[in-house]
Amino acid sequence: MSTAADMDVNMDVNMEARRILAVSISKLYASRAQRGGLRLHRSLLLSLVMRSARDIYHSSSRDSEPHSGPSPPEEPMDTTSSVEPERTVSEPQPTSPSAQAATEEPEAEYERGASGDKENLSPAKQSRKRRGKTSAAPDFLPSKRARLEPGEERYAACCRSGHPESLTSLSLNRVISAF
Amino acid sequence: MEEESDTRKINNSFLRDHNYATEADIISTVEFNSSGELLATGDKGGRVVVFQREQEVENANNSQRRGEYNVYSTFQSHEPEFDYLKSLEIEEKINKIKWLPQQNAAYFLLSTNDKTVKLWKISERDKRPEGYNLKDEDGRIRDPSTITSLRVPVLQPMDLMVEATARRVFSNAHTYHINSISVNSDHQTYISTDDLQVNLWNLEITNRSFNIVDIKPANMEELTEVITSAEFHPQQCHTFAYSSSKGSIRLCDMRQAALCDRHCKYFEEPEDPSTRSFFSEIISSISDVKFSHNGRYLMTRDYLTVKVWDLQMENKPLETYQVHDYLRGKLCSLYENDCIFDKFECVWNGSDSVIMTGSYNNFFRMFDRNTKRDVTLEASRENSKPRAILKPRKVCIGGKRRKDEISVDSLDFSKKILHTTWHPHENIIAVAATNNLYIFQDKVN
Repeated sequence: MSTAADMDVNMDVNMEARRILAVSISKLYASRAQRGGLRLHRSLLLSLVMRSARDIYHSSSRDSEPHSGPSPPEEPMDTTSSVEPERTVSEPQPTSPSAQAATEEPEAEYERGASGDKENLSPAKQSRKRRGKTSAAPDFLPSKRARLEPGEERYAACCRSGHPESLTSLSLNRVISAF
Repeated sequence: MEEESDTRKINNSFLRDHNYATEADIISTVEFNSSGELLATGDKGGRVVVFQREQEVENANNSQRRGEYNVYSTFQSHEPEFDYLKSLEIEEKINKIKWLPQQNAAYFLLSTNDKTVKLWKISERDKRPEGYNLKDEDGRIRDPSTITSLRVPVLQPMDLMVEATARRVFSNAHTYHINSISVNSDHQTYISTDDLQVNLWNLEITNRSFNIVDIKPANMEELTEVITSAEFHPQQCHTFAYSSSKGSIRLCDMRQAALCDRHCKYFEEPEDPSTRSFFSEIISSISDVKFSHNGRYLMTRDYLTVKVWDLQMENKPLETYQVHDYLRGKLCSLYENDCIFDKFECVWNGSDSVIMTGSYNNFFRMFDRNTKRDVTLEASRENSKPRAILKPRKVCIGGKRRKDEISVDSLDFSKKILHTTWHPHENIIAVAATNNLYIFQDKVN
């Protein structure tokens, strides 16, 4: 049974973990611009810190949940797939495990599509869908966006969406394989 | 007139205030040679400056005056390079300098940046040939019709000139960044170490090296640990040790196999679960490993401690010394300002009785292994005049701060002492504080 005090402590740990995750991501990003190239040792240490922070964040989020056990698949759909920052802050138990989130994404899209809520889809999902002809740049022109390594692109998407929990859907070790 | 005096004031204050140090001047390594006569420093700009100790003066008046170190030679060891294949700039910063034992009148040292090791020869020239037959003193070719007799050049004395020439360049052997080099006691080979590999070179051969340790996993995503430093045993030419980012040290014997992936000894202290935090892995990463001069002990430096290991005991260190334990509660801020990634070095004195390492606020610490006493000293121009005796410093952890103490929150984390070296026989130490080099000696009675 978790008491109110336990919930507070969990929230503190939660906030701390989120802060460390955010700081770590910005360090990772900044290290790309470093002279001499990416430092393997430093990148490894950053990824280890991020992993600890992520694990602590998850365990403290799970602990603060009043009920345990698998939630019905439809219910978390509306909360977990949301990427609006306001909504994530208000939900104390936003995360389902990464594999779940990944497999449920197509279902979420289907649901959302059915409810006609197209404009609120996350950018990550939008990028998979074909854009309308009016908004997309012509194919023959080179993209002006900076080209990132595959692992880093996903990080960049996470940073933009302001949703650190979606890191769980990445392997943190993608950072190392950017070499 | 007003403006003139203002400009003079500004100029004077610029000269006095050294806080605006250019990054290229930041000292990145210091090393005494095996006799202690020479002291080499490398900096971020790729330059090497060698100091030489002046001969001791026997004069009765100057009995207090020990040999001081003066600049002997300065040269550009490494230049910035560009790796076109990876679109990466290769820094010219000198990561390590190691001296070779002296075999003739010239001095040899190895210096390395992230990718390339170079062997430099430093030699003196105090004679010059004069009186060539076919050319003038200034080098111009003489008109052959004016040459009527034969003359042979004669060596004439000249002002001493110290020249440094690159004798060998050992390149293209490292994919990752070189963190250390170590000369073997056989004086013929040396190792260079990067994050995942240790390569063995012969000092004469530059186009081939042997990979003797490779911890690169088949899948880079499974990487969990990197090599942080490696050193040859001081007497056994077949033994070397390397430290890892996980806080372990492996001792390897090159006679066992060509690839020393299996260690013969593995030193690790189990982690204390009560001190676990987000940053446990970072602070347990070993930044330096040094064999004692007698070859019986190993010293390692991690972020908060220095440990002395007995080579015969693998499961725990012989001694652990707290360098700045008051930082344990500040790890989060030190992570944010990047200080937690600082790589401190550690050194033994000549008799292996005292060990020394650096800290923040230009403090450095010495631990006497026999008396178990320790001292904190400061390398700073403001707080000590030349030839004055260094006053021990103290950091106040909590509660009431005494007059001479400094509180943890007032420490200047931009002033860090990462590199220090100890004379092989005498009590002379060299301490690098950002762009300044301090040399301290025992006081003369």
